[in-house]
Amino acid sequence: MPRMLPNTGSILRPPAAPILSVRDLRVSLYTRRGEGKAVDGVTFDLYRGETLGLVGESGCGKSLTALSLVGLHPQPPARIVAGEVLFDGVNLVQLTSKQLRSYRGKRIAMILQDPMTSLNPVLTIGDQLAEPLRRHRRLRGRDLTARMIDVLKLLRISTPERRLNDYPHQFSGGMRQRVVGAIALSCEPEILIADEPTTSLDVTVQTAYLALLKNIQKEVGLSIIFITHDFGIVAKMCDRVAVMYAGRIVETAPTAALFDHPGHPYTEALLNSVPDVRMAPKRLRSIEGAPPRTYDRPSGCSFAPRCPYVMPHCRDRVPPEVEIAPGQAVSCWKHT
Amino acid sequence: MRTDVGTDRRGLQVTNLVKHFPVKRGLPWSRPDTYVRAVDDISFDVKPHETVSLVGESGCGKTTTAKLVLRLEDPTSGRISFGGKDINMSRGADLRDYRASVQAVFQDPGSSMNPRMRAKDIISEPLFINQGMPRRQREERASELLEAVGLERSLRDDYPHEFSGGMRQRLAVARALSLSPSLIVLDEPVSALDVSIRAQIMNLLKDLQERLGVAYLLVAHDLATVRYLSHRLIVMYLGEIVEAGPAEVVFTNPLHPYTQALISAALPARPGEESAGVILSGDLPSPTNPPPGCRFHTRCPVAFDRCREEKPALRELTPGQKAACHLY
Repeated sequence: MPRMLPNTGSILRPPAAPILSVRDLRVSLYTRRGEGKAVDGVTFDLYRGETLGLVGESGCGKSLTALSLVGLHPQPPARIVAGEVLFDGVNLVQLTSKQLRSYRGKRIAMILQDPMTSLNPVLTIGDQLAEPLRRHRRLRGRDLTARMIDVLKLLRISTPERRLNDYPHQFSGGMRQRVVGAIALSCEPEILIADEPTTSLDVTVQTAYLALLKNIQKEVGLSIIFITHDFGIVAKMCDRVAVMYAGRIVETAPTAALFDHPGHPYTEALLNSVPDVRMAPKRLRSIEGAPPRTYDRPSGCSFAPRCPYVMPHCRDRVPPEVEIAPGQAVSCWKHT
Repeated sequence: MRTDVGTDRRGLQVTNLVKHFPVKRGLPWSRPDTYVRAVDDISFDVKPHETVSLVGESGCGKTTTAKLVLRLEDPTSGRISFGGKDINMSRGADLRDYRASVQAVFQDPGSSMNPRMRAKDIISEPLFINQGMPRRQREERASELLEAVGLERSLRDDYPHEFSGGMRQRLAVARALSLSPSLIVLDEPVSALDVSIRAQIMNLLKDLQERLGVAYLLVAHDLATVRYLSHRLIVMYLGEIVEAGPAEVVFTNPLHPYTQALISAALPARPGEESAGVILSGDLPSPTNPPPGCRFHTRCPVAFDRCREEKPALRELTPGQKAACHLY
């Protein structure tokens, strides 16, 4: 059982080596409009047993980052231009698509946003659950069925033996997302990439799903990269957070530190603009303007046009990453 | 379940509203097999200058209610009146008046606009249709409206695709304001927008209400948004109202177990702020065949025998706050 990270900033960085290291990953989109640097030099580590939140608005490159880790970025138009994804001593970026297949679904699994698009509507749940188990685990017959039932039980699907022959449309939205979770976890992966898995679910169902995912993580010891735009999910699920803006990570911090003393003006502004359901409303401070588009990003710091603390040189040069507190690294000229 | 309409005839009054959708599996002319009871006998009102929110899980009937208010659907029974006039009996000029005074802003601003129309035409089309306002005047009004929602006049010749999501939603708000309505139905107005843009639109809606005195009927699933914007709250479950009252009262002291579960399921704003409330197990039962008695009893953590048999009435329990639950 891997060590669990408590959800506080007091534990700095776990001493163990990271299970996944991403170094200066660059993914560009090549279209008629030219080159769009959608992922522009992303660096982060994922440690064993932790949940790392990858937070940002739509178009900031968080999903593309996650997809390109396992070679699932749409090519064309996307292409990995540079960078390394180190997993168990292997640079995944350099593997052929055939070699990648022995990682994907087996050691690194994914849950995507909409369960209806990740499930095949004309195959039964059993068929779809059996696929990775046959391929990666070489399970057949009775062993296969037993494992399938175990995994569905893990995801708290009642009477799993009777549901194996059901089709996706016979499940409710929350149940469907659990089936997707079961498929992802069937081969006992070490890393789970969850890309906004609860966006299409109702609040009550979302809460139950997140609690379940957390329990399973404790039970089986799993490292999770949780992609979301919702700071509520971050507060609930993540040990550490990486905030992305316009293709770059602008701040990495333990969750508690991020909420207590956000280092980057963007993080600070975002936190100020989210209403709190548990407090009487007071006026929100909104961020003026909109994020830059992928094809015309400003030079220098991308947040400079919207930043309340902007200084002249912010617009010229990209700020370096500075560690402002233990485990909290910020890319902002304010801290240099 | 009749609310006291009182003497105030201004604003919107909804009385015993029912909407059942037929479900047919057989031939088109055969009798429907069953009905989806999307909205089942609800009553509420929206007074001038106030924001009333409808909340609940998907399938609870909140969007159907909004559509009924906009007359995009006709009710099975019940009455919706506006300024004392029954809108379902309205025809001709009366109906046009109603449509002018009740406008809507929808979730996805991209799909509620004609991509081939310029901003000024999108905003001012209602003025042409309803008032036949001449072009010169319309353009002037469009520019004013753009400014009112925080967009520059110079954008009036742009097409919707040239706007970002947040700007497009501002455009939708400008269009809704063009006829100076007294009520705007907001159906998930910020949920399609980026986090950093949401606060802009929420503040805009608040400011406009203060300045123009417009009332809002808000349909939203995000409770934090709802709390920020509303004066009164209506919680729906399977087509029925389970709790209603002043927003701050309901948020600080929810009475119905469903409201309590809904609020405790809302995500915390900071780590460790989670309430140790109930997590609802199970999914929403089917609205074609709602459970007998209290419709919530199948998921209710405190249900007892009476809940399974007898339907609780919506009663006023604290001043202004009503709940339908046998606990009280």
